[in-house]
Parts: sequence; C-alpha cells; structure tokens
Amino acid sequence: MAIATQDNAASVGRIGRTFVYLVLLLFALFYLIPFAIMLINSVKPLGEITGGNMIALPQDWTIAPWLSAWSTAQIGVEPTGLKPYFWNSIRMVVPAVVICTIIGALNGYILTKWRFRGDTIVFGLMLFSCFIPFQIVLIPMARVLGILGISGTSAGLVLVHVVYGIGFATLYYRNYYAAFPTELVRAAQIDGAGFFQIFYRILLPSSGPITVVCVIWLFTNIWNDFLFGASFASGDAAPMTVALNNLVNSSTGVREYNVHFAGAILAALPTLLVYIVAGRFFVRGLMAGSVKG
Amino acid sequence: MGFLDIDNTTKSYGAVEVLHKVDISVVEGEFLVLVGPSGCGKSTLLNMIAGLEEITSGEIRIKDRVMNGVHPSKRNIAMVFQSYALYPNMSVAQNITFGLEMHGTPKAERDKALKEVAALLQIDHLLDRKPGQLSGGQRQRVAMGRALVRNPDVFLFDEPLSNLDAKLRVDMRTEIKKLHQTLKTTVVYVTHDQIEAMTLSTRIAVMFDGYVQQLGTPKEIYDTPENVFVATFMGSPAMNVIPVRVAVEGGVPQAIITDSEGQEVSLAIPQPNLAAWDGRNILLGIRPEALTDPKGADTDSRHIVAMHNRVGVTEPAGADTFVTMTLGGKDVIARMRADAHVAAGEMFEFAVNMEKAVAFDPKTEARIKP
Repeated sequence: MAIATQDNAASVGRIGRTFVYLVLLLFALFYLIPFAIMLINSVKPLGEITGGNMIALPQDWTIAPWLSAWSTAQIGVEPTGLKPYFWNSIRMVVPAVVICTIIGALNGYILTKWRFRGDTIVFGLMLFSCFIPFQIVLIPMARVLGILGISGTSAGLVLVHVVYGIGFATLYYRNYYAAFPTELVRAAQIDGAGFFQIFYRILLPSSGPITVVCVIWLFTNIWNDFLFGASFASGDAAPMTVALNNLVNSSTGVREYNVHFAGAILAALPTLLVYIVAGRFFVRGLMAGSVKG
Repeated sequence: MGFLDIDNTTKSYGAVEVLHKVDISVVEGEFLVLVGPSGCGKSTLLNMIAGLEEITSGEIRIKDRVMNGVHPSKRNIAMVFQSYALYPNMSVAQNITFGLEMHGTPKAERDKALKEVAALLQIDHLLDRKPGQLSGGQRQRVAMGRALVRNPDVFLFDEPLSNLDAKLRVDMRTEIKKLHQTLKTTVVYVTHDQIEAMTLSTRIAVMFDGYVQQLGTPKEIYDTPENVFVATFMGSPAMNVIPVRVAVEGGVPQAIITDSEGQEVSLAIPQPNLAAWDGRNILLGIRPEALTDPKGADTDSRHIVAMHNRVGVTEPAGADTFVTMTLGGKDVIARMRADAHVAAGEMFEFAVNMEKAVAFDPKTEARIKP
C-alpha cells in the first residue's frame, strides 16, 4: 500500500506536485482564517476592535478577555464567566460518552458473537434511532425527564445523550466486531472464558481503533449539542454551548467582542484537543474492517 | 462403549436436517478422521463434539459422560482451529496458558505446563512474541500447544493444515502423527484432504451429504469402498469407475468392456458372486495403480489380466507416469512406472490387476459384496 502511494506520487512530477501542494495550502489557509481572526481578536483590547481593526495584529497584547470569559463575564444575569458551565459540560459529556461506549461495545459484541433470534431486527431498530430528528423527541423527552425528576440537571442531559448515542455506538462496534473472527470467541469458550471474560480479555484489547472513533464522534456531538442543552438544562446546569450563547447574546452593556471570541475558543477547545490527541487513530478506525490487514 | 461415543446424533437447522443419525464409537487413543467435501457436515459434527453447536437429537458421550448441553469448557476437550484462532493481543505464553488460567490453575503449575509444552513443540524461543509476529507454521504449533497444555481427553482438529503451504503441510502432517504416537491421546480430526485422512488416521469416517458413507480403517476404505462416492473421493487420482456388462464364461464372471477401438474385451473378475449378475450391467471400479504396464504390475496378484488399448495422453509426474485413455466410453487413468515406454496415440499392453477391482450396483451405487 505504502509503496503504491509512493509510486503514484512520483509519477505526478515536480510541477504537478507543487500545484497540488499550493492548492492544499490555500484551502488550509482558507479554513484557518476564521480561527486566526478569533485568536487575534481574543488577545486585543476591545478599543482596538471597535476602532475597526479586525484583521490587524493587536498593538497591546492582553489575556484579559480570556480571563474575563473564563471567570467574570456576564452570563445571563450572573457574572460567573464560562467556568461553571464548562464543568457542567464536562459532567455531561464524560459520563454520557463512557456509558454510551460501554453499552455500544456490549451491544456490538452480543449482536455479532451471541446471535439470537431477531438480532438483525434489534440492530435495525437501533440503527433507526440514529436517524430520528432531535426535534421530534423534545416534548416526550421533557415529559420523561419530568417523571424521572431529573429535568434541568446534568443527569437529565446525560440520559438524553446516552439514548441518542447508543445507536451510533452500537453501529460502530457491531460493524467492527462483525469482522472479528468468531473462531477466537469459540476458542475462548473452549478455554473456559465466560461471557464477560471473553469481552474483556479478547475483544476489548483489540478494539482500540473503533473506540477512538466512537469516543471522538460521541464527544464532539454531545459537547457541541445546543438544542437539548437549551431545552432541558437552561439555568445552573446549562452546558457550555448554551452559556456561550447567553454570553454573546446578553443585551445589557457593551458588546465585548474580544471576550466573545475568547469564550467561543474556550467552548471549542475540548473537541479540538480530542481531535489532535486521537485524530490519527480516527481514520484508521473508520477504515478498520473495510480493508484487511 | 467407546471412549467417545457419537450415538444416533442428528443436527437440524429448523426443518432442515444436515446430519442424519451419525453413529460412531471411538476407542481411547484412536485417531479418527472425518473427511468429506465441503458442506458434508463434518465440521458441524466436530463442533457438536466440542459443544459449540447443539445436538438436535441423539447423544454424544465422552468417557461415558453424556455431553448434551454441557459447556465446551467442561468437556475436557481441546480444539485446534483452521485459522488457529490465536488471541492477537496476548503473547504466545499467554495464549497457551489462557485456558489454564480460566480454569483456575495456579501460576506455578501453569508455568510448568507451559515449559513442558513449549519444549515438546520446540517453541521455547517464541514465548514472548505476539501471534502477529509468527509464521504460519509457528502459529500452527502455538495453536497445538494451546490444545496440548490442557491435557484433554479428546483433541479436536478442524482442518488445521489447510492454511499452510504445500510443503509445510506435509511436514506438519508428519509432526501431528508423531505427536499422536507419543501422547496416544484420542483425536478427532476434520479435513477435506483425503491424503491427510489416509496418512494420519487409524480410522476414517467418509462423510457426504450429512451421512457417514463409510467408517473403517484407511485400508478398508481404500480397498473396499462401500459405494461409488467413497471410491472416487478417496485416492488421487480417483478410482476409475467403468460401466461394464457381466457375462459368465466357464463358470467365471467376466467384465465385458468396450475398448478404445470399439472392440469388446473380457476381463475375468475373481468374484464368483457376480455370476448372479450374468447379462446385466455393473460399475467396475479399478484404481489407477491396478491398471498399469506389465512390468509394473503387482507380482503378488494372481489375477493380472492383459489388455490392449490405445494411449490417449501421457502425463509424466516424476515418480509415476499417468496415462489417460478411453475405456468403456469413459476417460480412464492408468498409473505406470516412471520409465514405462509409452507414447500418446499408440496401442499398448496394459496389465489389469483384477484382484483389486470393485463392483458396484449401477442403480444404488453401493458395492456388490462378495
């Protein structure tokens, strides 16, 4: 595979390759511009921005907007900064991702290695859940959360996201484990390993790539969710995305663009971090199962 | 009562019965090979012995203990899979001792067992490697080590050599046979390769279409096949099955065959019971090595019949020369000495060893027993 790619690259020629790199560079720049503008303006005093100088580098470098966005900015009515909401999001994302991944892996394991009557129908239904639009479940979900007594809490949001995430997590793991040789499970059965021992000792250690894919997908989706956050947890339990909206849309006082930019970057930082740390496994995991070796 | 009893066992998937009343009794230390083309039910039967597939009806007993419904790990069996099924995340040592660990064997004992097995299979130097770093033959050894270390009552092999290249396959075959001679453990071995079946087994069960077609020693299977399927499946090249007419001349039944020139030739068959078939057609089975040049004919046989026929194609294969010709309207293969002077298109005198000839009923394809 690697050799073939090298061959192809060599045959394009020097001029061709320069052109390709140029185009790629251009697009990369194009995508980076918004982020660069945000970054530049988040370290500028407000005066420089309102003075009409959005593009230029700051004359006075300052981290005050960042500090303000984090801990003192006005969110709705409280001057708390984004900090408490950041932790709200963490409290929501981490349990939701962990629970979803575990259940998804178990589902995938059962649906491929412990086949039962009607398993394809069960899988079909779970797959179907991936395609239910968020808006449809808003009202029923509000009712369920009310009955359970967890509306307006992080726990409520965790439940909502787990319900939505299981479908995708199951899809990922099922397809990954479908390519996992069943003979290994049979060998482990003969060796005397039980249901969970086989899962824990044989399948999980080989599930790295798909776990990365699943975690990145779930983390990004749940972290970036606004609709459920705004619908079920406005107020003290609101996640980062809702708080960011409240920060930017607060109608009192001056619009502190530099603080808004800093806040937006703060809100995007965790997903960015997950991509940078685990991104190289992402493509590998997506490809797993489709290509052998 | 055998050591391993397969007693009237059937297997159905829904309304479809894939194994029909299989009845095999294996004595301790025996090497039973289940052989047949793919889809004949041999792997299903093995999986039923292992407990990986349920038994629809009948019983499977190991050491007189009924195994129906008993979990695979509690049957004291070990299995070697076609793909070896080595755990990719574990080292060779962990792979081998995983079963012992799951059965709660103390660490010290596990290490001792591991050492013994590693020494026996000469894989000491590989113990820290992962399966991905091993060659096919080495993986095969590790898979066998994993089975051996459990010290099971019965070894189950599921086409263990079919993933190896031809040369390694022959080496490993010998090695498995040696191992069986040393350990004298009961083995059930599934393969589709009839040579593996012949060389390894003490007894063979030839399977086709969910039925055991014949159960017997390799020699029985080879010399006296129960039906045309067994006759043609076992042996390479396959046994020639030629339609002939029986005519009794002077009290001796003769097989009347049309040769390549359209002439009728008669070959005396030393099977007096065939006199009952006088005037009727039968299928005559002659193995390629019983149809050869006069110098290559079996000198022990008292029923060598000479016959002239035109040579179609010659295929020198090193140790032998194979001759294809037309006989009884069919393509027939004869096996000659490598140095036999035979050329395509010429008439040649063949020696037919009629002692080895087998007669089949053309309707039922079953052997007409003497």
